[in-house]
Amino acid sequence: MTEAVSAQYGRDRRPFLRRLAIASEPYLYSAPALILIVTVMLVPLAIGISYAFRDMTLLDPFSGGFIGLDHFRAIAKDKTFWLALKNTVYWTGYSVALQFAFGLILALLLDKPFYGRGLAQALCFLPWAVPSFLSGLNWAWMFNPVVGPIPHWLYGIGLMSAPDNILSDPDLAMWGPIIANVWWGIPFFAITLLAALQSIPRDLYEAAAIDGATPFQRFRSITLPFLAPTIAITVMLRTIWIANFADLIVVMTNGGPADKTQIVASYIFTQAFRRLDFGYASAIAMVLLLLLMVYSLLIVFLRQTLLKER
Amino acid sequence: MASIDITDVRKAYGSTKILHGVDLTIKDGEFVVLVGPSGCGKSTLLRMIAGLEDISSGEIRIGGRIVNDLDPKDRDIAMVFQSYALYPHMTVADNMSYSLRLRKTAKEKIASAISGAAAKLSLTPLMERRPKALSGGQRQRVAMGRAIVRSPKAFLFDEPLSNLDARLREHMRGEIKKLHQDLGATSIYVTHDQIEAMTLADRIVAMNAGLVQQVGSPLDLYDRPANLFVAGFMGSPAMNMFEGTYRAANGGTVELAQGVVVPLAGPAPTADGTKLTLGIRPEHVLVGKTGLEGIQALIDLVEPTGFGTILHASAFGADVKAFSLERGVAVRGDTVSVSFPVERIHLFDTATGSRIG
Amino acid sequence: MIRPKRLGMTIAHRAAILVYVAFALFPLYWLVKVSVTPNDLLYSEGVKMWPSRATLDHFAFVLEHSDFPLFFRNSMIVSVSTAFIVTILSSIGGYALSRFTFRGKFWIVGLMLLTQMFPLVMLIAPIFKMLSPLGLTNSLSGLILVYVAFNVPFATFLMQSFFDGIPKDLEEAAMIDGATRFMAFRQIILPLTLPGMAATLGFVFTAAWSELLFALMLISGVDASTFPVGLLSFVSKFSVDFGQMMAAGVLALIPACIFFLLIQRYLVQGLTAGAVKG
Repeated sequence: MTEAVSAQYGRDRRPFLRRLAIASEPYLYSAPALILIVTVMLVPLAIGISYAFRDMTLLDPFSGGFIGLDHFRAIAKDKTFWLALKNTVYWTGYSVALQFAFGLILALLLDKPFYGRGLAQALCFLPWAVPSFLSGLNWAWMFNPVVGPIPHWLYGIGLMSAPDNILSDPDLAMWGPIIANVWWGIPFFAITLLAALQSIPRDLYEAAAIDGATPFQRFRSITLPFLAPTIAITVMLRTIWIANFADLIVVMTNGGPADKTQIVASYIFTQAFRRLDFGYASAIAMVLLLLLMVYSLLIVFLRQTLLKER
Repeated sequence: MASIDITDVRKAYGSTKILHGVDLTIKDGEFVVLVGPSGCGKSTLLRMIAGLEDISSGEIRIGGRIVNDLDPKDRDIAMVFQSYALYPHMTVADNMSYSLRLRKTAKEKIASAISGAAAKLSLTPLMERRPKALSGGQRQRVAMGRAIVRSPKAFLFDEPLSNLDARLREHMRGEIKKLHQDLGATSIYVTHDQIEAMTLADRIVAMNAGLVQQVGSPLDLYDRPANLFVAGFMGSPAMNMFEGTYRAANGGTVELAQGVVVPLAGPAPTADGTKLTLGIRPEHVLVGKTGLEGIQALIDLVEPTGFGTILHASAFGADVKAFSLERGVAVRGDTVSVSFPVERIHLFDTATGSRIG
Repeated sequence: MIRPKRLGMTIAHRAAILVYVAFALFPLYWLVKVSVTPNDLLYSEGVKMWPSRATLDHFAFVLEHSDFPLFFRNSMIVSVSTAFIVTILSSIGGYALSRFTFRGKFWIVGLMLLTQMFPLVMLIAPIFKMLSPLGLTNSLSGLILVYVAFNVPFATFLMQSFFDGIPKDLEEAAMIDGATRFMAFRQIILPLTLPGMAATLGFVFTAAWSELLFALMLISGVDASTFPVGLLSFVSKFSVDFGQMMAAGVLALIPACIFFLLIQRYLVQGLTAGAVKG
């Protein structure tokens, strides 16, 4: 008897439509965002992948045919692509390393309270708010000997034989966008690391100080281990993001001189935007996507093995 | 006001079962306390009564009406949260009147209801403040005020005093009891603090691991705990428990470790040789000079509480706690004799945990 | 009495901070400086920290004789619309992610994370191809559509983190007080999330204001050009009018800086929620 009763009441006796409304609530709320993401990001992504195997030029109405792996064969022989790939490694490596190093120092400096910290923090983080195209232009002007001070300074301290624009020097040009990127990206690392720093319990430092640890020992045995997870995830995600970040290069050098600053992402943009060769651009993009996926998997794998060894 | 009937209520999240079938009837105007360790399902049960959790099976009635499928707003109950859950962007007055405004109560009625509640809880000078500007005890009182303004069918309290310091908690405990005596409202109160349960409840429901362990008046639970869980949970310092074996000879005794034999008041309703747990509350343990009748014990630790003294002694390989109202009964290192008065002894079946006799 | 070693550390600390502030501000200072330098002094006083004569002529020219007011207006329309639409969509989406557990949530979150990982340049060609027959290339609406989609995942995570910061107890208390879920959302949760929504608005505005590559690809005419596109074409056409270019740059900087000051307090939350994006 009791069993039967409980079974009967166990069922939901609210009207069907009302139950449906309740059950579908979260889906209705997330639907608009999801539909947009699918139609404007995932569908184009799929189409983009299909372009990689098709002959796709915007101005040629007869294009669109399936050509198999032709684009990929062309990529293998494309000297600019290989140069761009090498440049991408330099660009990403230097940018991330410098942004991280200076970001960490800034975070450590801002971690202790001092008079005017709020203002100093706001000013140091300001570059993050500057639109990327403007950062690029601004630094391009800074490097321009006509209006910018940097060539004159470099000449003044004897690093340069004449006040020239480093952006037009094939050997140095890559440093232009890298410096602009470092300037623009330090705040990102500083903000995330500062947040992580401030979540470290203060009494740990006090305990270590009482135990006789020097400031450097405290940094090594408390700060670094606590920051490690944040550092790992931020550096990994930032690496992917910077490898894809073409704005500064497009604005500052457009890949030149002689493709010396061309990275894969800016090369894709050039192919699509200037040559209107969508097929080839998509094929390169796919290669980039695959490389980044391999990179992520490698990092995840390394992390797992490191964790196991602990 | 209304009674609350809970029939075979169960709760499961997927395959994790939280409540294994609870039956409970709360009479109109009764103050019932659900007590138990964290994770025992007491808060889940309260939230199911409130309508904040779905009922997996079984039935809950408030005032005779099945509320299983009613939204919280239609159940006409009020709840005081552990975090108080005061609306940070509203003044005290707005916090208290929110429920009445939602019900489109007339303005004059709202005004008189909240000023009445404010007077009762001495909140009148704080009515225009926001929760941020209140102390912990004041926030607690606002949360109570928000509950009482609309005279609901029942009050639900979810550990409302846990965030207060000891002194304030004691004070608010008294306030809640007084309020209940004034209003006579059906109340269900969840706590893990057995003192709160003892002092507040008309009836206590002791819960553990998703099951009701015992229901009864506070003194019932204290004096005749139904099982080892209740015996161990209620009372501080906790009851002494010694494992032993029942011997039917000599009018019934319990044989503890190292051949110590404790006589009982009479034969226990169980078979000779049954494994038993003998329980005795510290305040019932008699401590005397050596040589007197009793068990030899060595005092390990003396804790004066001001109110009395807690003695920790070792005897027959076990730790025996005794509580005495007197001071200076013994010092560390003393040898004393302890004895267990027969009428104060609780017996539990070690295998099942349930009370014998 | 401060010990000398301690004092030395303090001075070194403040000096380091000053170096950082100088590094952060100098390029912006230079931008402003050149924008107020009269043309005749530009070359003769090249590296001086401040020109002997300042002028607002470049700004006057840019505002009166160039298309920048139009670009500024276009950028404003695009950025403000994007910011508002994204904030609304991400608020309801973030609410769902924060308050409900439902089947498929894991996949929805995963999908949204995925969109933050792949190179957006990959989408330039296909999006152009898709929007072109719909008449959405060379149009502000097309740009808004694309920007909304790009910004919604990050903004949803951001809003979710703001909703997560509001105790569930408050909603439950409201529902017991007699509110429906929707009323609890509107009367209790929404007022408490307003600062968070303002921050999301600021983040998305900044992102839309800064976007360059898709605007370059999708917009070809002057009428629909956004500020970055206009500035870049101005730079390639009149690459000697430095004063005017930089005056235009200062104009582009103003809205971004205003929004930065407004959302500064929320930067940490925003960047941690959007750590996947940046």
